[in-house]
Order: sequence, then C-alpha cells, then structure tokens
Amino acid sequence: MDILRFITAGSVDDGKSTLIGRLLYDSKNILIDQLEQLEKQTKNKEAGPIDLALLTDGLRAEREQGITIDVAYRYFSTPKRKFIIADAPGHVQYTRNMITGASNASLIIVLVDARQGVVEQTRRHSIIASLLKIPHVVVAINKMDLVDFSEEVYTKIVADYASVAAQLGLKDITYVPISALQGDNIVDPSTKMDWYAGKPLLQLLEEVSIDEDINLTDPRFQVQFVLRPQTDELHDYRGYAGKVISGVYRKGDAVTILPAGIETRISKLEIAGEEVSEIFAPQSATILLADDIDISRGDSIVNSKNLPTTRNELDVLLCWMDEKTLQSGNKYYIQHNSQLQRAVVKEIFYRIDVNTLEHQPVEGQVKLNEVVKAKLKTSSQLVYDSYEKLRANGSAILIDETSNSTVAAVLFV
Amino acid sequence: MSNHHLNYLEQLEAESIHIFREIAAQFERPALLFSGGKDSITLVHLARKAFAPGKIPFPLVHIDTGHNFQEALDYRDAMAASIHADLIVRKVEDTIKAKSLTEAKGKFPSRNWLQTYTLLDTIEEFKFDACIGGARRDEEKARAKERIFSVRDDFGQWNPKLQRPELWNTYNGRINKGENVRVFPISNWTELDIWNYIKHENITLPSIYFSHERELIVHEGQLVALSDFVLRESTDVIVTKRIRYRTVGDMTCTAAVESNAVTLDQVISEITAAKISERGETRIDDRVTEAAMEDRKKNGYF
Repeated sequence: MDILRFITAGSVDDGKSTLIGRLLYDSKNILIDQLEQLEKQTKNKEAGPIDLALLTDGLRAEREQGITIDVAYRYFSTPKRKFIIADAPGHVQYTRNMITGASNASLIIVLVDARQGVVEQTRRHSIIASLLKIPHVVVAINKMDLVDFSEEVYTKIVADYASVAAQLGLKDITYVPISALQGDNIVDPSTKMDWYAGKPLLQLLEEVSIDEDINLTDPRFQVQFVLRPQTDELHDYRGYAGKVISGVYRKGDAVTILPAGIETRISKLEIAGEEVSEIFAPQSATILLADDIDISRGDSIVNSKNLPTTRNELDVLLCWMDEKTLQSGNKYYIQHNSQLQRAVVKEIFYRIDVNTLEHQPVEGQVKLNEVVKAKLKTSSQLVYDSYEKLRANGSAILIDETSNSTVAAVLFV
Repeated sequence: MSNHHLNYLEQLEAESIHIFREIAAQFERPALLFSGGKDSITLVHLARKAFAPGKIPFPLVHIDTGHNFQEALDYRDAMAASIHADLIVRKVEDTIKAKSLTEAKGKFPSRNWLQTYTLLDTIEEFKFDACIGGARRDEEKARAKERIFSVRDDFGQWNPKLQRPELWNTYNGRINKGENVRVFPISNWTELDIWNYIKHENITLPSIYFSHERELIVHEGQLVALSDFVLRESTDVIVTKRIRYRTVGDMTCTAAVESNAVTLDQVISEITAAKISERGETRIDDRVTEAAMEDRKKNGYF
C-alpha cells in the first residue's frame, strides 16, 4: 500500500465538490455522524437524500459567503492505496491555489462538463498541470447523465482534449466518462455506458503506477540539520540529517559537498539512528562523512559522478502569489528546500498567459496569479536541477523580507 | 522492480521526520505540546527518530487542565524520564487563579477553552517561537485547511484568510517578533494511520486506550467517566462497563467506547469497523456548535 496525492481541477459548476464527496462516500470513508450532519445541512433535496458537495464544505466563514477560501486536504483510503486530495477552489485566486495544490500532486483530475466540452478553464487547468509537470492526467468527463450517456459527446471531447494535450506536451492521459451525481463509473463500471471499455475512476486512481515518478538515478541530498549529540559515548559524532531528494546513496560512495566543491566519502548511513547500507528518495536519513569538513544547513551532498547545476544567476519561472506586486529589482529571500539566501529579480522577460500560453510583454508590475519568466541573481551559489529534469530539486519559494509571506513559486528553467 | 520503495507508513514517517528537522533548524525555541494522548505520543516517537542518536532538542510542554486521566499523567512522567526529555508542566488551575478567570459551568465543565490562556502564557514565559502539535487534517473541517507551518499573530490567533501558500516540501517558518508558529508534523496522517503506526512501531500507550472496567455516567447516549470533575445529580444513570478510550482528553469532555479490545490488533479492527468518526464519537465539546473548532482556533487554540 502506498500513497497517491492528487488534485482535482474544475471550474465552479463542473461538479468538483460532488465528485470528491462521491469518492469519499462510495469508498466508505464517510461515517454515520458526518452523514447525519450532512442530512441536516442538505437543502437541495432534489439532488438526492444528501448533498455530497457539502462533504467538502469548509469553514463557517466560507459557508456564510458561499465561497471557498483556500486549498483543503481530504483523505480516504481503499485496501490498495491511501489517497490525499488537494481540493483547490475554482474561482478567484485560482492559479495560486491550484499551483499550491499541484506542487505535491502526482496526478490531476481535470473535470470537464459534458455539456460544455473543453472550455477556456479546461485549457487553463491543463496549462498549469503542464507547467507544474504533474506526471499523470485523468480527464473526467462529468455530467454524462445530462447528455444521455452519449458516446458521441464523449468521443468528441476526448478528441478536443487530445489536441490541447498534444500542444502542451502532457503525456500520461486517461479519459473516463462519469456522473459524479449518480455515481456512474466512479467505483463500479456504469451500466449506462457499455460502450466505455476502460476502468471506473477509483480503479484508475488505485492502479496508476507512480513508482517511477520518484527519481532514483540522480542522487541529491540537502543538509537540514547537523546532529551533534556531544555526549560522552557520541563525542565525535557529526551526522548530516536531511531528506534524500532523489537518487540512492550507498556507504563508501564518493560524494561532493556543494557549493564548496569538496570531495569526500560516505563513512556511514543512518535512518533514525540505526545503521543502513543505503538510503534512497524520499527517505529522511543521516549521512556521516569520512572527512571533517565544515558543512552547514542548506549545503548539498551529491554523488561526485553526477553533479547538479551550481550558479548564482539563473532563469526561472515565477508564479506570483501575493497581493503585493513584483517589479524588476525587488529583493527577496529565496528558499530552496532548506537553503535560504537572498535574491534579486534582475530582469523580467515576459508574462505567460495561463489561458493561451502566449508570451506577453510585461509593462510595470507583476500581479497576483501571473506567471512570468525572469532572471534571478542570488547572494551565493544555488545548487539545483531544472524543474523539467527533477521536480524535487528544481523548485523554490520567494519570501518577502518584511512581511515574511511566501510570495512566489519558483521553477528553475 | 527495485526494492527502493516506501509503503504508506514509511512515507508518512519520512515526511514527519523532515518536518521535525525543519522545526529544529528554523526556530530558536520550539516546544512539543504533549498531552499523553496517542497523537502526541506518536509525535514524540517521530521526534526521537528525527534526532537519533541525540536526544530531542526541545522540551515537551504539557498544559495540564487538572481534569486529566491519572493514567495519562503517569505515562507522561514515566516517558519523559525514560527518554531524558525536558518536561514543562503548566496548570490551567494556576491561570484561573492568577487571572480570575471564570470556569465553565454545567454538568461537564470543560476547561478546553481556558487552556488557551495557559498555553499563551506559557509561550510568553518561555518565549517559544514554535509549538509542535499532534493535530491531523482528517479530524475536522477547520483542520483540513490549516498549513503544516501555521503562523499565529501575537494574540495566538489563526487567520484562515491570511495563510501562506505551502508548496512542495518547502516550509517557510520566518516570523516577525511576537508571532509564533504552530507546526503539525502529522497533518497528513489519519486516525487509522496512527493506530497502524503505533502497532508497527510497537509503541506503548497509556492503559486507558485498552478495555478496562469503569464507572460511568450515561449522558445523551455517551459514556462519561465518573470523576470529581463532573457534576453528579440524583437523576444520573450510573453504570459499570468494560470500555476503552479512542481519544484521551479531559475527563469531562472525552467519552468512552464500550469495548473488550485488550490488544492493539483488537483496537484496530474495532476502529476499522467503526462507523462513527473519532471526534463525533468521543469529543463532547465539538458538539456544542458546528463551527466550534473554527472559533477556538481563531482564538489561539491548538
């Protein structure tokens, strides 16, 4: 049993909340007291005895205003998998929320209303999925009940989406016709769509292969915390605690400390204080080295035969997430995993329209929910890979020095 | 297929250890809020793994409402001693006296609301900049939207509209003076994940988590332990039953579950079969208003 993290993308009326509610309900992850509360709240009795959309309803502040503030996380499991859903709302600030939810997702469900087909929103969600390199895409064509479960409608939408996906370079795409409201093709194959030969949605989610999404070929490790117990029996112990970002490390490996460029060997590997012969992504581990070297938080320990990029001037995509705008010349903190340093936005090349992927000139400021390509200069060397090559080592955040807010998602080009 | 594969509990553990190390590195004075319940016991276990072979580099803090189960207090003291942890205990009773606070009335007077005062005073007293808690997002609606690093203002308040975006596994713990951060390393665990992990790791729990005989008041279908802290009335229906606890909070606001489960396996199979959520079954205080948790969090509650 492993974990699949996925995000659901849909605009306001695509039935996203109903779909999530349906997945929780049909996989028997809803309990009696939660159901009773739902029945109490269900006002729209036409939708059935209970309104599944209410299951994902959030805070009172949101209910009063009929809006969703932010990304919420939902959990359910089947005997095959544990699932974590990032549920991002479908309207204002959508880009920001969707990028947040997408950052940890291995899969995206793009919801398409069968009556509407592929619309601008669908394109936008798919563009964000391609920018964030979500490895797996499931296009769920919803509300099939409202188009008489028509194969023709389904086939046309599949063809339309395939051309969008081809433009965006999206790869692993699966299509499924569903009715979230009536439960068709959610857990069991629908009896009303015999023409569909594929698997129902939950089975797709249970069976999609995600092992290869973890990079085990490029060893990357950043020091989070230096363990120095300084007790009598551990007097000389100096362990570098951190997460294996990618790849595999073995005892005896020749490694290079970056950005310093010093070479040494791994003398010992530990997990939770116990010696092991190898460590691999995404384990939290501790590395001990053969030589006494000055290493601190944020330094990278990489295999000497496989080095990442080390630079202090680099091109990035910035997804802007703050009400305060960005201008060329602004200074920030950049946090790349555990490494924090200062950065200045040297130049803004162009804005990427998230509806069309067009490049547009930027006059003046970059606003909330905009995506731009820019050049950053950092105060010291940054040790990274491109986001394209290695998601886990190719991303960072910008932090406002005065408010301490996280103001941008950074993807290294 | 390689053997470089983590199962779901190993993945959750790796993520939580990563979070613990971020806390230790990013903050000057973190503290782990320890209640004696299974979630905070799991937290301590994960923290030990994160910093082994060293000891946990921050204290355990218990906000003692005075309404605790003795078994949980005994467990707390024994555990802190065995792992050589620094244990700080601050009593709600003392805050009530010092600040002339008014206690809740009623049959089951809850100090749940008042413990926020003691918590905020303790944060002030020790200048804690990060408090680590065992909240999980599957528990409740307000929790589902909270970040792993959740910034609170100098009144300890949570503002759901002003949360920082939390991307990838990058945690921004930078704060201004007076602010502090609540950190939830087991945000992505569910109740069942916790139980399965406790079993897998062979973690010892306080005895009240397993079937035992107890005198109880039957109140609106819930079983509440008879104690000095609840108001007894002549109309009370008192029963003696074999029960266990699914969550361990105050004696006044935690309901028992009838059970003969004496082993972890038996407890897990009962929970797997249970059709009522953890909070719905055992937390009396959340039933007061639907938005109870949202309100308490906004006021500085955990």
